[in-house]
Amino acid sequence: MNLMTALARLLIFPGLLFAVPAAWFFLWVERKAVALMQERIGPPFMQPFFDFVKLLAKNTPPRRGIGGMLMRAWPLIAVSGAAGAVGLLPVLPSSGGFEGDLILLLALLELPSMCIIAAGFSSRSIFGEIGSAREAALSVSYNIVFLLAILSVASSQHTFRLETLASMPDSPLRWLGIVAILVCLPAKLHINPFSLPNAEQEIYAGPMTEYAGPELAMWELAHGLEWVAGAGLVATLVAPHIGKGWLAAALFIALSLVMVLLLSTLAAATARLAIDTTVRFYWQCTLIFAVLAISSALFMRFRS
Amino acid sequence: MNLWKRLICTCRRRSPWLFHMNSGSCNGCDIELVAALSPRYDAEQLGVRLEGSPRHADIVCVTGPVTRNAVSAIKTVYGQVCHPKAVIAIGSCPATTNVFIDSRTLAGPLEKHIPVDVFVPGCPPRPDAIIQGVAKAAEILAERGMKPPDAESAPAVEEAQP
Repeated sequence: MNLMTALARLLIFPGLLFAVPAAWFFLWVERKAVALMQERIGPPFMQPFFDFVKLLAKNTPPRRGIGGMLMRAWPLIAVSGAAGAVGLLPVLPSSGGFEGDLILLLALLELPSMCIIAAGFSSRSIFGEIGSAREAALSVSYNIVFLLAILSVASSQHTFRLETLASMPDSPLRWLGIVAILVCLPAKLHINPFSLPNAEQEIYAGPMTEYAGPELAMWELAHGLEWVAGAGLVATLVAPHIGKGWLAAALFIALSLVMVLLLSTLAAATARLAIDTTVRFYWQCTLIFAVLAISSALFMRFRS
Repeated sequence: MNLWKRLICTCRRRSPWLFHMNSGSCNGCDIELVAALSPRYDAEQLGVRLEGSPRHADIVCVTGPVTRNAVSAIKTVYGQVCHPKAVIAIGSCPATTNVFIDSRTLAGPLEKHIPVDVFVPGCPPRPDAIIQGVAKAAEILAERGMKPPDAESAPAVEEAQP
């Protein structure tokens, strides 16, 4: 991947120029799906955009010292991490990539959640600290399953290159991996039933409690970009390999939308679980599948 | 007014986030406020969202006749909401202290402590009236955002340290 392709992917498609409107659109779909399930009309189409601009134009409380600087930095790091993850997705055929970009993608996907943990502790609010502790516990539990699932898909193909993974032949192992990723996505996106870190009405807004104005706008954007990256990752793994550029892009958008609809319906239909139930769910129920997936992948690799 | 300012004005009008503050209310108005956000009245059509933290909010909805204990909390919360902000007094209690007038445990009405922009009278007011009040407050908010915070619209109140 040369510099021009990398910049085009980061800034135009599937990067910022596409991902920011897509993030707002997915945030709207999330709220609208909940509204429709409750037989309401719900927010207007432009609502996430209105919220974003309004928050940008709001004042922030004065923040002093190194803690204040950190509080300003975390949302920006989270946004850039999520935007970088979206930019790495192999949406267009033969759009470049490099050996090992899967590892970079996983690291960038993890960055917003790390920032949330740090943000809650640096805000020094008791609710922020509780939210961060929950996010840390959640992250430790779902990431094992998430990483094992992706590793199983990767090791069955003998590669850490995303483009090869996206164009791999159909196999039951791939679907096992995709299901495991799907199980982890609600926790990664902090939606019900795993909306523990930002549990509204329970610990106010969790790690985001002390954030206001433009900083909060950046957190909302980071959340939207996480939606794009998470749904997009599954979409690229699920999508059949198509040679035409625009068709591949349209299929990517359609599949991402289906993922978002699926996840927001799940969020609207479920209630929040307690932290111990969530941790137990990931460590006891889903870990078995992830271990099965990776062991069968390794087994197949040694046989071939 | 240039385009960017007009856009901000529209966005402020279309996205009022509320913070609900109970200052010793009998819970009647609180129930009606929650009802206004429920599926039947669906205030989310106006972009309304109930926020847990005053830092996120634009509009503070105060219910109750302002008891002595609540005064410092109201001032703190008002100070924690970032500019531009508006205050709605929901029900007759924060406006006039209602039937609790002359009680020695009260420090109301609300306007003695923080500036109020919209009064929604009623005991309790109907959810429709509350939604109308929120819409009116959102318009006030959009206009206020154009000016820098002055002493009259945002008096200095003690800021709680995070």
